Amino acid sequence: MTVLFGQLFTGISIGAVLLLIALGLALTFGQMNVINMAHGEFIMAGAYTTYVLQQSITGAGLSLVVALPVAFVVAGAMGVLLEVLLIRRLYARPLDTLLVTWGVSLMLQQLARDVFGSPNVQTRAPELLTGNVALPGGLTIANNRLFILALALAAVAALTLALRLTPLGRRIRAVVQNRDLAAVSGIATSRVDRTTFFLGSGLAGLAGVALTLLGPIGPTMGTNLIIDAFLVVVVGGIGQLKGSVIVAFALGVLQATGEYLTTLSVAKVIVFVAIVAFLQWRPQGLFTLRTRSLA
Amino acid sequence: MTAVTPAPPSTAVRPAPAGAVPPGRPAGRSRLRTLAGFAFGAAVLFAVAPLVLSDFRLALLAKYLCVAMVAVGIGIAWGRGGMLTLGQGVFFGLGGYAMAMHLKLADAGPGGMPDFMQLYGQLDELPLWWRPFASPWFALPATVLLPMAVAFGLGSLVFRRRVRGAYFAILSQALAAAMVILLIGQQGTTGGTNGLTDIKGFFGYDLDDPVNQRMVYFIIAGTLLALLALTRQLIHSRYGELLVAVRDGEERVRFLGYDPASVKLVAYVVAAGMAGLAGALFVPAVGIISPALIGIVPSIEFVIGVAVGGRASLLGPVLGAVAVAWARTALSERFPGTWTYLQGLLFVVVVAFLPGGLASLWALARRRDVAAQPLRRGRLSLGRRRAERTEVPAA
Repeated sequence: MTVLFGQLFTGISIGAVLLLIALGLALTFGQMNVINMAHGEFIMAGAYTTYVLQQSITGAGLSLVVALPVAFVVAGAMGVLLEVLLIRRLYARPLDTLLVTWGVSLMLQQLARDVFGSPNVQTRAPELLTGNVALPGGLTIANNRLFILALALAAVAALTLALRLTPLGRRIRAVVQNRDLAAVSGIATSRVDRTTFFLGSGLAGLAGVALTLLGPIGPTMGTNLIIDAFLVVVVGGIGQLKGSVIVAFALGVLQATGEYLTTLSVAKVIVFVAIVAFLQWRPQGLFTLRTRSLA
Repeated sequence: MTAVTPAPPSTAVRPAPAGAVPPGRPAGRSRLRTLAGFAFGAAVLFAVAPLVLSDFRLALLAKYLCVAMVAVGIGIAWGRGGMLTLGQGVFFGLGGYAMAMHLKLADAGPGGMPDFMQLYGQLDELPLWWRPFASPWFALPATVLLPMAVAFGLGSLVFRRRVRGAYFAILSQALAAAMVILLIGQQGTTGGTNGLTDIKGFFGYDLDDPVNQRMVYFIIAGTLLALLALTRQLIHSRYGELLVAVRDGEERVRFLGYDPASVKLVAYVVAAGMAGLAGALFVPAVGIISPALIGIVPSIEFVIGVAVGGRASLLGPVLGAVAVAWARTALSERFPGTWTYLQGLLFVVVVAFLPGGLASLWALARRRDVAAQPLRRGRLSLGRRRAERTEVPAA
């Protein structure tokens, strides 16, 4: 029972990290059909932002609190810059966007290497987040994992509310559902695109801050995470957030269970096979927006 | 729905109106030019390069030509078929590992075990799945058939359910990630991160001997030329036309009664076979195959050469792959950091602003020539525009 619960929670916490990363992707991929491979480097930017802030703010707790909004803005600004300079020109060519943003991600990685050095760096975790929460029955939950789970859920909640209730969210939903109709209805779609990119990239920055609690920060930290996050979006279905939320946790639990029953490497293969099998059943992902378009 | 098989070019000739050039099929003059091109390529690869280059540089060229073979396959799948495959490293690796396993077993001698197994795995006997690779009659076909089988399995599942575009690209990349993690995880039987190294013999020939290295180079160069000839026939056949049609308008092709999934599957499987062959020949040329050579990053680096050269052209991928690999060696020897920036910039500039690659510059220059001769313009540009359209339609 303890083991089962432990594995379940490990899975959920893997899922929370995946979710934080995939949320931003789901936004940009869903709205603009853009595969942003540099998303991983926005995560890295968020993580390094935390590292830099800790150089000047000594209190680990305070620096984490400050890092969250700052990383959001830093990564978001990078995203807007990328959108304005490159991606805007490539909206009709999604596959080419993938390659172009991969090139950008290579350059950003090298930039990080030149600025911060190739070796990984560490940040200090606030004391509050280093311990465990003891639950009745001898179960324990690591505080930092709990914090990330809370952060992910808060991000989902905030994003859902923003999409449902704010005028901006209404415009975003309109553009996702039918770009042309939104445009003729007077929505400045290109401005909405830029805002979405800011939000999506900013969420990557938040994910970066969260990841500093789990391990070291390095120039290539984004690459390893980005593919799993893309799989979440692909399997979850684009255009809606709930698919990504469900799939992120499902993949996390599957990964953790597979890891427990076999090994890490076999678990990865199991997850891949499961995804291909799932796409046989629902090739468009778990939830799709029904449209009349042929593509 | 009709199942589509690639018709051999000889049966593809339909009774055409007199004087009309069947679409996409080269006229006599261009066939002559192609033959001349092949003769020139063969002369460069077989006569000039071995005379001009030192043994070290020739070995490097052999390595680049292996990358070029993968590029030819990507040119078919991506340039002609619109399937951006970011996991060619998997097939390259399957071919490479199949070959390396055989060579390791041959090095160890009958009943022997590869050196690393005792080291990491503490195994007492050869694992079951290694055993067939002791026989060259199994291992050599496996270098090509194994990748093709994996591509067939994934492709038939995925294309039939109309998973395509970016979704397919991500899946193919995830396959590469899974494969590498599996190889590293099973260190005892796969050599882990180090891969299979220290391969000494190649079917009885000592690979340390420069003469034998030269022989390996000739085999690689010959294989590349053969693959190019095959590819040329393929893209000028009716199947090749159909493939381009599927790339540019999958639904239209479906409405015409073809099965786009089968068309794409053939191209994907052929590309995988080429990558497997390239991996198999890479092993004797370089003496190592490891996860670092086949993972996500090398897989996407295969693509950049194709993009630079021109994804939809025949020679573009080859020249682009060799040029990029050469630039990489030349620059990263001296300025390791600079190369990464340059490579990133190459992705951005070429893909964003020159999607047809360098081949499109060539075609552009030629089109201007053609435009100067108004009489032949209509006829030529018709075939060419079809064959060389490289824009990927919006998904």
